[in-house]
Amino acid sequence: MTASGASVSSRRRWRAPTGETRWAFIFLLPWIFGFVVFTAGPMIYSLYISFTEYNVIRPPEFVGLENYQALTTDRRIPLALTNTAFYAALNVPLTMIISLFLAMMLLRVGRAAGFFRTAFYLPTVTPAVAVGTLFLLLLSGNGLLNQALGMIGIRGPIWLADPAYVKQGIVIMSLWTLGSTVIIYFAALRNVPVELYEAARIDGANAWQQFRNITVPFISGALFFTLIVNTIASLQIFAEVFTMFFGLTQSGPAQSSALFYVIYLFQRAFEDLDLGYASAMAWLLFLIILAITAIQIRFSRRFVYYEGGR
Amino acid sequence: MTVGPGTTAPGVPVAVERSSARSLARSDPGGLRSRISSALYLVALAAATFIFIFPLVWLVSASLKSRSTVYNMELFADPLQFQNYLRVFEIAPVGSWLYNSVIVSLLAAGTVTISSALVAFAFAYFRFPFRGPLFGLVLASMMLPGAVTMIPNFLIWNGLGQLNTLTPLWAGNLFASAFYIFLLRQFFLGLPRELFEAARVDGASYPRMWWSIAMPLTRAALIVVFVFELKASWTDIMKPLIFLRDTALFTLPLGLKTLVDRFNQTAGGQGEFQYVMAASVVITVPMIVVFFLAQRYFVEGIATTGSKG
Repeated sequence: MTASGASVSSRRRWRAPTGETRWAFIFLLPWIFGFVVFTAGPMIYSLYISFTEYNVIRPPEFVGLENYQALTTDRRIPLALTNTAFYAALNVPLTMIISLFLAMMLLRVGRAAGFFRTAFYLPTVTPAVAVGTLFLLLLSGNGLLNQALGMIGIRGPIWLADPAYVKQGIVIMSLWTLGSTVIIYFAALRNVPVELYEAARIDGANAWQQFRNITVPFISGALFFTLIVNTIASLQIFAEVFTMFFGLTQSGPAQSSALFYVIYLFQRAFEDLDLGYASAMAWLLFLIILAITAIQIRFSRRFVYYEGGR
Repeated sequence: MTVGPGTTAPGVPVAVERSSARSLARSDPGGLRSRISSALYLVALAAATFIFIFPLVWLVSASLKSRSTVYNMELFADPLQFQNYLRVFEIAPVGSWLYNSVIVSLLAAGTVTISSALVAFAFAYFRFPFRGPLFGLVLASMMLPGAVTMIPNFLIWNGLGQLNTLTPLWAGNLFASAFYIFLLRQFFLGLPRELFEAARVDGASYPRMWWSIAMPLTRAALIVVFVFELKASWTDIMKPLIFLRDTALFTLPLGLKTLVDRFNQTAGGQGEFQYVMAASVVITVPMIVVFFLAQRYFVEGIATTGSKG
């Protein structure tokens, strides 16, 4: 890797761009244009309209902090936030625990793992709208889930209508599509050197100690990645739940226990055409996601182990 | 869905032998204990497989039932109502929805793969001022929740007069996507730099190096990006909800949602849920076919994002 002539001259600032630099920016052009027009521009514009009243038909009218003040008095905001937090707090740990459990079992069955991995991943290619539709039947009063529970003597709740169980039902639906997390863990687990377990066993470490001191540190990068990605996705849950409870016909739980944040945001933006208020909501969500991710990154520094150190 | 839980049975003895022969670390390699524990794992995994696959099997069975049996949970209600599939194409423009979905997802996947590869190659190979900070922006924009840019994007396409057309569903992909840029850059960085130095000595232009050398060598990664975006676009309902008004222009997810609204009894619809189930099969089967054709790439792609993220 010798430094080419082009890169040496590009280090000096005020020269006409060399061939390499010029071509680099030609290659970058789609992204630069897209970033300015579809990401950075919209962010700034969305911040601006969050300080206005805007319904597309009339031009935006500046109202200062009014939308943000309205956020604090709108009773559906804390409702949507607690619903979303409840769902994420249940869904993310369960997804991670069950996936890890399945991935560790996959590790013990040799070649057959490929078949099982395929089976676990298959539900995740099912379109979200079809998942929602399917679970409208599976979770119904005498649906498949309650029949299965009945076989072991449990009388299942009315998942789709009982406000106390709607979110748990939605978590069960989400757990059906946890296949990609299994694949990530399985790939990470296969990189843990077998010799370490062997040595630990000779030293008399039991199964839990091996799991705690070898497995977890070695796959901590994957655990951390799935924690962040699944949290961000859970906080933005939309398609399946929208299919089940919202839209033209709204069923009971739509007004209360199944109202998630992005669904409420969508309603305010595109059903009520209250774009200023919805933009303020979007910024609140952005700040919440940013804060949670920052906390998770800080927390992870304590236990994420990178091979070779970083 | 040819893989029912029953098909695991023939694989069992082979797998037990394999894993016990391989596990040097076990206390009694090839012994009775490890055979039993492997068998237990296989039983547990088969049970889990049943839980994951059965809803899909049941989805197909529900699509072949009659109005009166669709809410009943039996797997086979005779006679099978194959005409449900013909009826669903009559009662709603499912054919147009299918056509729109195919066009939109192919365009979305094709454009994002080419454009992201172009940009990723620049970040991997070229040396230019502000490369670090610019790549930092790519990474930062990966973290941005879609909800923040959703409303302004609606206003942009509305301003361009593209509301109620299919264009907004894919045209944004002409401008590359941060996540795919990140993914493809990793693969381009894995190519030996000497390859390009040699090509340059031979007088190859930069676009030629990208298209004729880098692209063919990263074919697998490009397929990963293509199938990921194909799936994302095929399953997306948010963009169609925001941009489309005419029923004939809907893609399958939005079309299916209108069928749910029309037939879901518990929300005041007219019953006949078997048609909704048939439409759900129509939307799901293409993805399952794509998955089996490109399984290796799906698995590779997800495993890579997990370890490199």
